[in-house]
Amino acid sequence: MPVRVDYWGIPLNWRPDLIVYSLMFLAAIILLIRFYLQGSLWWRVGQPEMRWNKIHLRTLNLIKYAIVQTRVLSQRYPGVMHIGLAWGFFVFFLGTALATIDSHFIKFLEGNPYLIYKFILDIFTVFFLFGAVLAGYRRFIKKPSRLTLQSRFTISLILITMIVLAGLTIESLRLAIEQPTWAIWSPAGWLLAQVWIVSGVSAQTLTNWHAGAWLFHLWIVAFTVAILPVGSLWHTLTGPLNTFFSQLDRPTGQLKPVAQNAQNESIYVKSLQDLTWKQLLDGDACTECGRCQDVCPAHAAGTPLNPKQFILSIRQALHRDGPMLAAGKNNGQDKKIKQLVPEEIQQEVLWSCTTCGACVKECPVLIEHVDSIVDMRRHLVIEGQMDSKLQDALANLGRYGNSFGQSDRMRAKWTQTIQPKIKDARREAVEYCWFVGDYASYSTSLTEITQKTASVFNKIGLDYGILFEGERNAGNDVRRVGEEGLFEMLSEKNLAVLNKSTYQTIITTDPHSYNTLKNEYTGNGKHPVLHYSELLDQLITSGKLKFSKKLGYKVTYHDPCYLGRYNHVFDAPRRVIAATGCEIIEMPRNRDHSYCCGAGGGRIWMEEGSIMERPSESRIHEAVNLDGVKIFVVACPKDVTMYRDAVKTTGKENQIFVKDLIDLVDEAL
Amino acid sequence: MNIIVPVKLVPDLVEELSIDASGTALDTAWLRMIINEFDDHAIEQAILLKEKTGAQVTVLSMNIEGVDDLLFAAAARGADRLIKLNGDFVNASNNHALARAMATLIQDLKPDLILTGVQAHNDLDGSIGPRISNYLGMPYVGYISGVNISDDKVIVRKEYPGGLIGEMQVSLPALLGIQAAEQPPRYVAISKVRQMMKTMSIEELDLATLDSMGAPVVNRMFQPETTERATMLSENAEDAANQLVNIFKELGVL
Amino acid sequence: MNQDIFVAVEHLRGKVSDISYIMLAAAHDLAQNTGGKVVALLLGLNAQQLAGNLNADQVLYADHSLLTDFNPEAYQRTLIGIIDEYKPRAVLFGHTSIGTDTVGCISAQLGLPLVSSVRTIEANNKLISQICGGKIMAECNLPEPIALITLVPGGYKPEQGQSTQSPPVTAIPVQVLDGLRILLNKYIEPETSDVDISKEPLLIAVGRGIQNQDNISLAEELAQAIGGVVCASRPVVDQGWLPTSRLVGKSGSTVKPKVYLAIGISGAPEHVEAITGSDVIIAINTDSAAPIFNIAKYGTTADLFDLVPALTEKIKNIKG
Repeated sequence: MPVRVDYWGIPLNWRPDLIVYSLMFLAAIILLIRFYLQGSLWWRVGQPEMRWNKIHLRTLNLIKYAIVQTRVLSQRYPGVMHIGLAWGFFVFFLGTALATIDSHFIKFLEGNPYLIYKFILDIFTVFFLFGAVLAGYRRFIKKPSRLTLQSRFTISLILITMIVLAGLTIESLRLAIEQPTWAIWSPAGWLLAQVWIVSGVSAQTLTNWHAGAWLFHLWIVAFTVAILPVGSLWHTLTGPLNTFFSQLDRPTGQLKPVAQNAQNESIYVKSLQDLTWKQLLDGDACTECGRCQDVCPAHAAGTPLNPKQFILSIRQALHRDGPMLAAGKNNGQDKKIKQLVPEEIQQEVLWSCTTCGACVKECPVLIEHVDSIVDMRRHLVIEGQMDSKLQDALANLGRYGNSFGQSDRMRAKWTQTIQPKIKDARREAVEYCWFVGDYASYSTSLTEITQKTASVFNKIGLDYGILFEGERNAGNDVRRVGEEGLFEMLSEKNLAVLNKSTYQTIITTDPHSYNTLKNEYTGNGKHPVLHYSELLDQLITSGKLKFSKKLGYKVTYHDPCYLGRYNHVFDAPRRVIAATGCEIIEMPRNRDHSYCCGAGGGRIWMEEGSIMERPSESRIHEAVNLDGVKIFVVACPKDVTMYRDAVKTTGKENQIFVKDLIDLVDEAL
Repeated sequence: MNIIVPVKLVPDLVEELSIDASGTALDTAWLRMIINEFDDHAIEQAILLKEKTGAQVTVLSMNIEGVDDLLFAAAARGADRLIKLNGDFVNASNNHALARAMATLIQDLKPDLILTGVQAHNDLDGSIGPRISNYLGMPYVGYISGVNISDDKVIVRKEYPGGLIGEMQVSLPALLGIQAAEQPPRYVAISKVRQMMKTMSIEELDLATLDSMGAPVVNRMFQPETTERATMLSENAEDAANQLVNIFKELGVL
Repeated sequence: MNQDIFVAVEHLRGKVSDISYIMLAAAHDLAQNTGGKVVALLLGLNAQQLAGNLNADQVLYADHSLLTDFNPEAYQRTLIGIIDEYKPRAVLFGHTSIGTDTVGCISAQLGLPLVSSVRTIEANNKLISQICGGKIMAECNLPEPIALITLVPGGYKPEQGQSTQSPPVTAIPVQVLDGLRILLNKYIEPETSDVDISKEPLLIAVGRGIQNQDNISLAEELAQAIGGVVCASRPVVDQGWLPTSRLVGKSGSTVKPKVYLAIGISGAPEHVEAITGSDVIIAINTDSAAPIFNIAKYGTTADLFDLVPALTEKIKNIKG
């Protein structure tokens, strides 16, 4: 009967059990000490933050992201490559655990269970080696720009491959010596065993080799465990921790609030010590896979921001200065310690972010880049370190409630030609309160679309009103710029007006206003907030909105970051477009993977700086490559501005037209 | 070094201005007030000097609506002391009387240097700075776009037409009319201003009664005649561009 | 007390400023009403020849080494002495770096009323001042007893204040000017530049409406296409987006091009003063209430970011 034999072929006078346990115990102690030395910096240097609640959800996240690795799998080549290595080791780890149980507690690895056990281990050995070959090919031949091509990764790859190859060799030597009838249940081992059998080496020599390979395998495992916290395999510990501690208490669209210290003073992040322990863990959790870098519009445009480098800067600073800070040798005044912002991380880096959230969505270990960037921007704002264009915009927002620097009395100027007159939601009850937003209200190039939206609402008999000069910028981007105080002021003023008005539902065409009204306006009662695409979708479903024409255009649709990625509204606008009789041809980057226009996070108020290609231009190139698509549909006022400009600057005026969703609806009515 | 910065609020020109029923003054019902932009530069210049030399900066302004916000914003930028002046400012255009009353109070603050905006857009009877300097017996130079303190004098950059700069030295105490600070006024975060509201206090001083003697009497105010207005071209960019091309051709520049 | 109108002549480095001629023109309007003479006050060192083309009935000339260059303190003291002695009906000063530095202290010292920013003199000596960035005009009577006035350009042409006949020059004694607390160290020349905008026939001017440094290129492309030169208003230069040599207005240049295309410029008085000599002003500004439209011959409220590139394109096409 097939049976697992403890320390097969190892001379018992070696006391193999003693060697294994003492060596592994030593390695584990070294690992733990080093883990503590490194990991304790998170809470010894960082600020406290509550991430212990909802353990069941956290465990689910851990399983989903760290074990099953759904985010890793979202890209085929690196996904297969990585799960080959990772799942391989999960299975080897489990196998070793079962062997320990078998040897010390219950003897069960005999007969068929043993054969299945051996078979599974062997299959994963093959899967691992496949992953390792993919990894080698990628690292040494393909060399994608997002990878960190440093020897520490090569060393890790060699170490783990040697562990597996040594294991395989041990097995094959045993099979070659024993040549059991069930050997075929270890297909990879049996295949390699043929080499030894054919070579004609004596059984005694093979037994000696087997013992040598066994020792080598043991030593290299112990070595790898001991150096885990200093090499690139560190992520195998920190990555899962990071997924476990990822934030669960806010919707994606709600920004991390300003942290407060024990004295209830706001903490604006300028040094490592101002970050929370979780933000420091983010730095240590980074696997350096570079997915964030690949999807970052700011990076592609050639700005100084690289989200991967940003996170690694935190790690670098933590490893360099953390021990000194933790020992209390420094309060940030010491000249030896580089200030995190703006020395380690320059302000140009921070200002380049559009807060589109693509990096956060892409990160396999759930790093929260945007929250940390905004935390650091908050410090820059307090210090007044910003370009003059942004300064003007913020000053205008503070003074007039809009970034255009126009009087609040001009906010509803666009309504002058609308008949019947739009209701004043502050004075009479309405079903829908339309929060128009700055761009739709003030930008002269958008007046036509705003008026068209009103006329569509009128045609379908919507009971709606607006807040006229009572409305202020909703503050979504003000907050993401890092001007928290101004955001508070704007939201207080808006809430005061909203609370005095009688309405059921807030509607808006602006995804930015939508996001903050929906996710960040606490005290907004229970009024639902709808994007106009959702409203139109509802009206179509309920039969209140009927189209008389089928437009028959081939169009593509751009998902605005703050509607799609942040609030998961993907289908409503698509259903509305379909209802107007248009066919949607998707761009390669769609829905969750949509590509930012470049205006978000306050970028629209900042100087552009020197860039290679605007994100909006990249997007237009993407759209014109679609077969037969002549119309680029957007559902955000800023997108209209951004993409109409981009069509001009790329010289594609004759190939593609930018239309707002409302243009299609109006045309099909 | 004790730097005093008298500043004032003026009507914000972003708003449509209108004349009140008397026809001799602005309609205050619709007025939004904003810091005189030259005064804003004066504060910035004072803060820059504070950062360089460690001077103490006191900002003072007339107590009208909006003055608290103005003063707290100045504190958020770095002003050490805030003072608002109580008085009857109905005759605010009378810089004559105001200067006399303010000079008395400023005297008590023992200034080494006074910085104020070189002018304000509603100074119908001239700017206040030179008059205060006269009542305090200090030298005055205006149109300043750079100040350096050296011992008992300041070295200033005075602007002349055509981009010419005159470097002058002025012995202290002195009053300077600021045209532009060495760098544009910095941004102050709202939370910082709110913080100041909690931690800083504004002192109040009473101005002596202001008389309107010597002030110019306004017969009427009016908005400039629209008959002189330009011939308006199309609002549409494309059409306007075509019209401009034709105009350029007519004018012989194309 | 007499009915004469005095004009404090301004000159800078050997050249009488345009504002002085404008003041003389205005002074004639006043003098016609009061029945007095127009008297020019000239301060300087060996500067009599500057009086040559002043359109005045008489020139009082004060000669002193400390009056070689403008010095606020020396000017104040000298002028206080003269005004106190002659007691004219009114004294005109430029609303400039020189005039306003002088007049305020005189007003305080002598307790005289001051009317600022006067643009025109109307019948019965009504003074029309331009305030609130040119958005409001205020009418005042000529105050008693001696009216101090600062004048802004725009209401008169410099030629009206010039004459081919030299006025009689009377030297007057200068009081002791010791213990001055203000000294001129030196002049710092404006940055030299490739162009002198005051002599260019076609200027493309940009203002705050251009929004940021990157957009300056829009104006530069247009200038290149049409063969003009880019200049700017104060906010643009203050931000460092263009050098001071391109500044139009107070502390910058006064320009007299054939065509002045003002892009995103609202038309603050300081700027308007410096461009009134232009043959044709064309304004592009989305704010239809901007004062620039009051002096422009043509205007449009089209968005400059649409209009300027379109215009550049068309001109390029025409020029091939």
